[in-house]
Amino acid sequence: MKYVGQDLPHESARLHVTGEALYTDDLVTRFPGCLHAWPVQSPHAHARVLGVDASAAEATPGFVRLLDAGDVPGEGDTGAARKDEPLFPNEACYEGQPVRWALAETEEAARLAATRVVVEWEVLPAVLGVRAAIEAESYLADEIAIRRGDVASALEGAPHRLSFELLVGGQEQLYLETQAALVDHDENGQVVVHSSTQNPTETQVIVARVLGLPRSRVTCQSLRMGGGFGGKETQANPIASVAAVGAHVTHRPVRVRLDRQRDISSTGKRHPFLGRLDVGFDDAGKLVAVDAKLFADGGYSLDLTVPIAWRALFHLDNAYLLPSCSLTARAMRTNVPSNTAFRGFGGPQGMLMIEEAMDRVARALDRSPLEVREANFYVEGDKTPYGLEVRHPERIRRVWDGVLESSEYEARRAEVDAFNAAHEHTKRGLAITPVKFGISFTTAFFNQAGALVLIYADGSVQLNHGGTEMGQGLHTKMRQIAAQELGVLLDDVRLMPTRTDKVPNTSATAASSGADLNGAAVRDACQKLRARLAEVAAAELGAAVDELSFEDACVFVASSPTRSMAFGELAQKAYLERVQLSATGYYKTPEISFDEAAGRGRPFHYFAYGAAVSEVEIDGFTGQHFVRRADILHDVGDSLSPLLDRGQIEGAFVQGMGWLTREELRRDAKGRLGTRGLSTYKIPGADDMPKDFRVALLPRATEPGVVHGSKAVGEPPLMLAISVREALRDAVAAFGDQPSGEAVELATPATPEAVWRACRAIQGR
Amino acid sequence: MNEPRETPPGARLLSFRLNGEDLSVATADHQTLLELLRYGLDRVGTKQGCDSGECGACTVLLDGRPVLACLTLAVQVEGRDVRTVEALAEREAAALLDAFDRHDAAQCGFCTPGVLMSAEALLMDKRRVVSQGEARAALSGNLCRCTGYTKILDAVVDASEKLVEAADRTREPAS
Repeated sequence: MKYVGQDLPHESARLHVTGEALYTDDLVTRFPGCLHAWPVQSPHAHARVLGVDASAAEATPGFVRLLDAGDVPGEGDTGAARKDEPLFPNEACYEGQPVRWALAETEEAARLAATRVVVEWEVLPAVLGVRAAIEAESYLADEIAIRRGDVASALEGAPHRLSFELLVGGQEQLYLETQAALVDHDENGQVVVHSSTQNPTETQVIVARVLGLPRSRVTCQSLRMGGGFGGKETQANPIASVAAVGAHVTHRPVRVRLDRQRDISSTGKRHPFLGRLDVGFDDAGKLVAVDAKLFADGGYSLDLTVPIAWRALFHLDNAYLLPSCSLTARAMRTNVPSNTAFRGFGGPQGMLMIEEAMDRVARALDRSPLEVREANFYVEGDKTPYGLEVRHPERIRRVWDGVLESSEYEARRAEVDAFNAAHEHTKRGLAITPVKFGISFTTAFFNQAGALVLIYADGSVQLNHGGTEMGQGLHTKMRQIAAQELGVLLDDVRLMPTRTDKVPNTSATAASSGADLNGAAVRDACQKLRARLAEVAAAELGAAVDELSFEDACVFVASSPTRSMAFGELAQKAYLERVQLSATGYYKTPEISFDEAAGRGRPFHYFAYGAAVSEVEIDGFTGQHFVRRADILHDVGDSLSPLLDRGQIEGAFVQGMGWLTREELRRDAKGRLGTRGLSTYKIPGADDMPKDFRVALLPRATEPGVVHGSKAVGEPPLMLAISVREALRDAVAAFGDQPSGEAVELATPATPEAVWRACRAIQGR
Repeated sequence: MNEPRETPPGARLLSFRLNGEDLSVATADHQTLLELLRYGLDRVGTKQGCDSGECGACTVLLDGRPVLACLTLAVQVEGRDVRTVEALAEREAAALLDAFDRHDAAQCGFCTPGVLMSAEALLMDKRRVVSQGEARAALSGNLCRCTGYTKILDAVVDASEKLVEAADRTREPAS
């Protein structure tokens, strides 16, 4: 039986539905004597710690100690990109920043003690918002740039020109399982870190650094996560580090679990971006020149802001040729939590800039946005602004034309126009947008992965790989690949928890790359084992190695299937013959490189494509809106696991809808976050779904050079939700006179309030 | 019934039925049902997602009706019947669990226990094929960040159909 390409439920499906699937915090009762830590958070966006009085905390029954910098045996800093994140800082740089941690026998005691710690603060001026940061010249890093041609003279010579500013809001990851870690010492003195982390190696590295130990003394395990979405790529590290320091000073297990309020208030989010664009175009709406200056709100520390800004620039073109361009980005330092990875990693913000430009160009020319987008699509032989030839640009047209047809776009365009002509206070909108998303870590050395496969002499198999499971189904895909390569049953392959003592020096499970990288490494290990086993079987069955088939836990001579032996029998035979039954696998993506100074290179192995048509309806009195129908056609190559991939596409689209239409992070003038829970921060619920939701995978889409011809799927479909924003704009425009030749302003996120304002603005002009 | 434990100071003895088993446990007046289940009784299947009644991950059934364990004080369940996700595997919820498997309705799985309890309450209440709209309404208090909800709603409707089919089969006279 072939497993790759089959509809299979999640590897832990049964455990999920019986409540037996354990997450990091579920382990706590397995650690008798476990202590609990609770943060003392800054109430100010920027303030110096002048003194800490813990005497009231010390009187709390069950209180153990207040952790501070003096307890750190190694380096008291958890910054992943730069050492700019002190674990127990004496200067708080955002409201909600933990400055000390109370350690106690129970969570309740830790919580009580933390509230009783009296900190004397000297309040300092804060920089809030990206515009203020530009004003204050508050930078985290130097400007980065990608340039092609002489953009100034190209803009001068363009038949038409427009400019605009677009502010894109942030987004909280809102993984359902909050940040959690549990650290203990095992019977061998090893520091064992259980962490809800997407990046066990980095968590291990940072904990080792904080403890002043070689990495070999620290093992990190990520059993599974209740969602990650990028929010646990670097930001699990300080949580694990606090637990590690606590375990170090007390010689007891220590657990840290943030509750929702503390998680939202102390961890980073998707970066808000400000874009300033100057665009030149011809009469057909074809772009001639684009000058784009992006500013990313990085928060208080560097974290991943620079690679995120790079990815924003890499996706500023989306599916369109920018003949002459100057694209720059700057990471801005502000007094909010350090903004970090979130599905798309800057790509969505960059893409939104050019989609905004497309709509403005179309309206300036009184052309349809659809037609203007089509006029700018990449074709064979075109290169991106950073000099990479666009691989398979014809797929842009394939997904585009495919979804135009399946969604009956043309007929519905007429229906929507007719509805709008007949309704004064309710308007509908329809829009189509494309996605082209680059796959690979843009930092070349991250594009490597390892696996460790063990076959026991009874034929049962243990599979280890470097990727983490956060709900995306990576473990399921890895099992499918291993079972198929070894020709065993799926149930014969036991997927082991992701641990740094099985596969070392791994990359984060991020950049949609988990299946591409780890899958190729798993296949490599399994192919080595199969080659060794084939030698044994060939001798046993009296056939040549290349005559053998491995399938359904059986090895047989392809031309005469009765000459066969069971896989378990073969494993036993191989063991007796002293054949090694374990193998490591390894993969590195070929031909990846990027010259940051020149802004040129090949940061991606390939592109994933998709297109979506969305139809919305707006109530003009309230701005309330909903998606009537969404149609998606997405390119996942030859899907490794179609059921899982459809789930990723649906989930990403809805998450993108949330970012663009619902989820708004609000801070007051002092930088205090007002949206600290799900009652005020609105992620999509079951009722916010498109009323009619149709998702299809692009057929005949083999991607050569990727494991089993598949493509990455995690991030790209999030940006399909831009079609919802553009449909909202189309509906808002219907409240005004058309065509007007004027832009239709729409804030991001386009919450009901923002849509109501947009409707008012257009009716008033 | 297990032996009553010694009651620590400031605590009281609480008796209730959990997943069909009669229990007596010590609890403090301010302890939530969620804290008691997870950290007092090691029933960690029920998840803690928001601690403030907003996400639905801790949904359990109290006398057959869905409640949020994070907003329910442990003392409120005195003498009452509590069912958690751990009970579903052992009972007639097989149709529901199978449907969740087949539709791959759980991705990260963290919201799943709460979703299942809301769905179970709906199916036990209606005892007929439910509509997508009814499923949406019943699950409107359960947030999921991974799926687009379609697989969850499809699974609930599918399970209701299977339950009706099974009930019809048992009603058919033996021939």
